[in-house]
Amino acid sequence: MEKKQYERPIIKPLNTGLMNKFGTRTEYTPTTHIDGVAVSELIKEFGSPLFVLSERKIRENYKNAKRIFETRYPKIQFAWSYKTNYLNAICNIFHQEGSWGEVVSRFEYEKALKNGVPGNKILFNGPDKTDDDLRVAIKNDSPIHIDHLDELYRLIEIAGELNAKPRVAIRVNMDTGIYPMWDRFGFNYENGQAWDAINKIIAGNKLNLVGLHCHIGTFMLSPGAYGIAATKMADLALSIKKRYKKTITYIDMGGGFASKNTLKGTYQLGADAVPEISQYAEAICSALLNAGFETEELPYLYLETGRALVDDAGFLLGSVISNKRLSDGRRATIMDFGVNILFTSFWYDHKISPAQEFGLHTEDCVLYGPLCMNIDVVRENISLPPMKAGDHVVVHHVGAYNITQSMQFIAMRPAVVLIDMNGKPNVIKKKETLDIIEINEVLPAYLKTFNLNSTQEIEK
Amino acid sequence: MKMRKNIALSDSGFIFNPSTGDSYSANPIGQMIIQALQNGKTDEEITKSIEEEYMIDASTVEKDLYDFKNMLKNYKLTE
Repeated sequence: MEKKQYERPIIKPLNTGLMNKFGTRTEYTPTTHIDGVAVSELIKEFGSPLFVLSERKIRENYKNAKRIFETRYPKIQFAWSYKTNYLNAICNIFHQEGSWGEVVSRFEYEKALKNGVPGNKILFNGPDKTDDDLRVAIKNDSPIHIDHLDELYRLIEIAGELNAKPRVAIRVNMDTGIYPMWDRFGFNYENGQAWDAINKIIAGNKLNLVGLHCHIGTFMLSPGAYGIAATKMADLALSIKKRYKKTITYIDMGGGFASKNTLKGTYQLGADAVPEISQYAEAICSALLNAGFETEELPYLYLETGRALVDDAGFLLGSVISNKRLSDGRRATIMDFGVNILFTSFWYDHKISPAQEFGLHTEDCVLYGPLCMNIDVVRENISLPPMKAGDHVVVHHVGAYNITQSMQFIAMRPAVVLIDMNGKPNVIKKKETLDIIEINEVLPAYLKTFNLNSTQEIEK
Repeated sequence: MKMRKNIALSDSGFIFNPSTGDSYSANPIGQMIIQALQNGKTDEEITKSIEEEYMIDASTVEKDLYDFKNMLKNYKLTE
């Protein structure tokens, strides 16, 4: 007789009076395959933990967002936000789809150039641009988004040295009715800083002001804030036209569209609470179209959307190391991935599904990572089927900010696999090795040897 | 370890403690263990019967049984 599938014994108290209208959230629907490839096969071939990205989903997301914006506004250009996920394979999928590059450091800038993005299609953001960075950007005709007055003055100086008139935009921050207000990037709209910078640029005549940029926040749950931002940006552009007879060619609304992840502390699940891209698009495009631009002078709308395009295309596969019982009786499960590679678990309650079939019984537990650090908590509270050591799980919506922010801390960073349009897994980043970790270490000659033989005898 | 005599266990895994009014639910293996304990089986006998019926090794069953019995104790279902 064939033996039955084993499931750890569990007993759960039944409580009444604690339910809410949404019921409790239980993750017992297993995710056994990603784009048709078995999770167990992926782990067998590439190890655990493992990041998996779906090319199909990325292209779908991009096409969908592009269609949504293009049906509402005639001049749209996406620029892939490198910091969201700068694995070359991922960047190039976006570039193949027509996305430019948006970078916030020299390292990312070089990466975009190396990937083949023409210099004039790399938007250079960020508060830290060295003189050399600015020189290179000017030579490549990249639009430089000026963050502060020091950068503006240096840029004017360098442009003079190079006898060039670089294309620039200023970064504008503003009150869009959300809290906290992001006022650290760029020049403020309400207090006149933005106008001050614009006046300096135009009066100086050393820089070519082609655009206006803003980045009002991240994981924005209120599309209306984008509408307010777009109205204020359009107002600036129209005022520049009125005062200086200068046409602004683009308005860059930055990024910040939310993905379907669930923010910690929110009542509803991300899938229910997060606005659709069409809601952001409607708010932005309506504001721009109604602002009063002449048809032939309608500015391009640049979008630096990152998270909303790649988050749900990324999965983290992992395995159970052990189960234990905490002093208060709670179940704790230790996974082979932690906050070192799943950085976003600090602010999301990630959806985590088992990767194999289970019964319908679940148990509340805490999910810990493998680090020998108390902060290494992946989920403080999750209801999962009774998993045993060696069982696999799939963490959803991890495509944004995890691979770029993962740390080499205690454990090596895992491999990253891309499942292509034909359902074939391709390694796009190999698992780290000790050699890679130590490649830049220098050991002084006098520290190369030591002798531990003379110290305390080891008991046999 | 013995189960309290008045603990009721239904076929669907519903457990009721009439002394406290508390109720619990257990999965099939949990039910099997509670039933075995009610029938006075030893740990070795329980482990063996699970191993015979399910695809699992003895050491895993032993670990899980130890933990499960602790939970029964914790919920005051044993004497």
